[in-house]
Order: sequence, then structure tokens, then C-alpha cells
Amino acid sequence: MAGPRNISVSEASRPVLPRHAKLKFDETRKVWVILAPERVLAPDEIAVEVLQLCNGERSVGDVADQLAAKYAAPREAILTDVIAMLQDLADKGFLTEAREKTS
Amino acid sequence: MSDVLGNIPPETSDSLAVLEKQRSTAETFGIPLAVLLEITHRCPLQCPYCSNPVELDRSGKELTTEEWKKVLSELAEIGVLQVHFSGGEPTARKDLVELVKHASDAGLYTNLITSAVLLTRERLSDLADAGLCHVQISFQGVEEGLADRVAGYKNAHRKKLEVAKWTRELDLPLTVNAVMHRQNLHHLPDIIQMALDLDADRLEVANVQYYGWALKNRAALMPTVAQLDECTRLVEEARERLKGRLTIDYVVPDYYALRPKKCMGGWGRQFFNISPAGKVLPCHAAESITGLEFESVRSNHSIAWIWQNSEAFNRYRGTGWMKEPCKSCEFREIDFGGCRCQAFALTGDAANTDPACALSPLHETIFKQAEREAEGETNRFLYRNFAGGTLESENDA
Repeated sequence: MAGPRNISVSEASRPVLPRHAKLKFDETRKVWVILAPERVLAPDEIAVEVLQLCNGERSVGDVADQLAAKYAAPREAILTDVIAMLQDLADKGFLTEAREKTS
Repeated sequence: MSDVLGNIPPETSDSLAVLEKQRSTAETFGIPLAVLLEITHRCPLQCPYCSNPVELDRSGKELTTEEWKKVLSELAEIGVLQVHFSGGEPTARKDLVELVKHASDAGLYTNLITSAVLLTRERLSDLADAGLCHVQISFQGVEEGLADRVAGYKNAHRKKLEVAKWTRELDLPLTVNAVMHRQNLHHLPDIIQMALDLDADRLEVANVQYYGWALKNRAALMPTVAQLDECTRLVEEARERLKGRLTIDYVVPDYYALRPKKCMGGWGRQFFNISPAGKVLPCHAAESITGLEFESVRSNHSIAWIWQNSEAFNRYRGTGWMKEPCKSCEFREIDFGGCRCQAFALTGDAANTDPACALSPLHETIFKQAEREAEGETNRFLYRNFAGGTLESENDA
């Protein structure tokens, strides 16, 4: 079964796109899209970068670390933005969390 | 079948804009993101509001497996991202798994829009293995008696519940499509609960749209204004309560609206479908408009050419074709004059304003007629079939 619903995204979450939401580069329109049931979403550049990092293993905190290092930007501000974006996606039903890992 | 048309969620955040909203397709008429494939008109169900045309394509006219595969490859090539396998009942085609596999291999996101009654667990599993991304099952109600009566098919409801369960067991996302009308609207709270119990991701509360078969059955289906107001209230309440758990899409019958719907997002702007016989249509009801010639995928033209250049697509595209009151209306590029099929069915001219619009001279008459029918006693259905319909026996209604 799919992962939990109604997820609340935090620094410790390990989110991933669910099976029914596919991130894909649309060659015709030259944009990234998320394909979902009856929906085509157009994530912006930052959202794409975040989603490519969200593999169900990395935590949201890890993602913020990577982006902060890459863009030499304040981590706290990035973390806030990343959580807001992911929560929005979760509220729309396009985000899940990986099941408990024995790491 | 509003189910396949709504590509635009109610609200979007900055980082997740809906593609259609980001760039206007008004000038370019870019290839649609999603295409509806009505691969057959055959269906074991006989729902009196079926969205198929009253004149159904017989199986002998259907595109072959190879023809559909060619269509799928071509769609992927020109930039279509999603396809909806629909019908009729798409699982009535023996080659469905093969077609889904072909579509997936071509990179298309695949939806199955089904009545579910013909599916076995094994076949559903084969579809999942073939790459199927999403399953949408239509429900006629929550109570076996009424649901099976609407479907005109014994044990349909029980079978649907079973297939919905398999869908989730196979980890496929599920949409429950509930078609609503006067005879089942009072069950809406139970339908919402049923969607939750089935672990659905999405629920479509789709009020019947009155063309074709549904227009013939309008007197038996039209809800009252009070029913509709209650329905809207329940949907709004459930949306808030179930945010993040269940997405609810809502389609109202436009007879009771003051403004017409932007049907198909405007004729030839962001949608087309392909009929069982291969006709490329601006909407699944378009063949009801007499005097329009529709090109086929069997012709010498490419699908992209048909979309951009064919006479039928250009006839009601944009605003140039409009008469008054549409022509000078400030909303003309917002709703594009409503639905052409409904304008044709109710006024005899598809270029007239859709009578769902309060500015149509016919609006008042039609609204009153709908209200009268909604208060009426007629509950008998005319069931959909290849023979032009069969009236329900008086004892069953």
C-alpha cells in the first residue's frame, strides 16, 4: 500500500513522490512537469531540484543542507521554503513518506 | 463525463502552477496535455446518463490494435502527456493490456476510466504490470438496489467494491467517480464515506451533464435547486475536513448556474478525444452537432494537423464565430459562450449562446423547465444501448 496520508512535513521527514505522481521533463514544452491523476503540475526550478533530492531516504533537513551548501545561502531560510513547498504538495495529495527504514 | 476534463485544480501555489495557467494556449492552440481515448462504445452497463453519443459506434468500426498503437505513438511524439483509456467500457477490448503497455513504453501517463464489472484480479494486475498509473471507477450509488438499477446491471455495485479493493491492494491510486442526480443525491454523505473506506485518493462528485442519453432522461435525473445547494454545502465541508487525505473534484449541473461553464476549456483549445472509430473530436459529444465533418486518424492527415487545421476544430475556436450576446460580452474569453453541444441540443444552433448562460434569451424558459422536471414524479429511465434505448419497466422505477 502507499505511504501515509495527511503527512506533516518537518525537518525529519523523508518525503518522496508517490507512485501516481511522476516527475518528468516535457521535451515538447521544455518544462518539468509532475504528472498525476487528471493533473499536470508545473513545478518551478527550485521545486524540481528539491523533488529530485527527495528520494524517501534523504530527510528534509539533508535536502536543506545540500541546497544551502550549493547556493551558499542561509540554511534556515531554505528549510522554511522547502517545508512550505513540500507541505503544499502533500496537501494536494502528491507527496508521501517512505516507510520506516532500518538504516 | 466531466471526470476526464478537469485538469485545473481549484488553487495553486507559486511553485506548483498548473501548466495550462502558466502559458496561455490562446494563440498557439498547443497540443493538449491529456487526451481521452474512447476505445470502444461497447459496455455491459446501461446507465441512462451515459456520455457516449446516442448513435454508438459498433464494434466492427473500432480501430484495430495496430491502429490504436500508432495513435498512441503519435500522441506521445507530438507532446501529449496523459491518456485516458475510456469507452464505453475499455476493458471490453481484449487488447487493453497491450495498449496500456504500448502507451507506457511511449512515456505516456495512463489512466483507466472503467465501470470495473468486467475486470478480474489477474487482469488488473496485468494492467498494473503494463504500467497503468491510475484507476478511476464509476459508482452509481452506495446502495446495491439503487446502484444496480441505475447501471441496469445485476451485482454491478458489489463487483465495483471488489475491484476497488484490488486496485488499492495492487498499490494503484484510485479515483471514485460518483455520478450524481436527483435519485441518488441524498446518498452523498455515504458516498464520501465510501470513498474513504475504499482508500481512494480522489473523489469526483460529478453531477450529470444533460446531453445525449442524459438529455433523454432529464426528467428522471434533474435534481432540485435545494438538493444541489445541499450537495455544494456537503462538498465544501468535506473538502475542508479531508484536505490532504481525499481530493474532491466537483461538477455542478449548469442548468441552475447563472454563468455557463467553460466547456472543454473552450472548443479546440485544450482538449480532444478520439472515438472508437478513430474520429478526432473537440469533445465526446461533438458528433451530436449535425453539419460538422470530423477527420479520422484513418485519413491522410496527422493528428497534429487535424487539431490545428481541420474545419471542425476551427469552426468554434476562439471568439470570431460568436453572435450576440456572446460577441460583445465581457466574459467571452472566460467561458467562450459555454457548451456548443448544449447550445445545439437546446436551440438548434451550436453558435448560439449556451442557454445555461443567464444572458441567453432561452435561459429562463430552460431553468423553469428543469425546475418543473425536478419536482415531477417521473423516475423511469431510458437505458442506454445499441438499439436506441430501452424504457425501464414501470414496476422497477
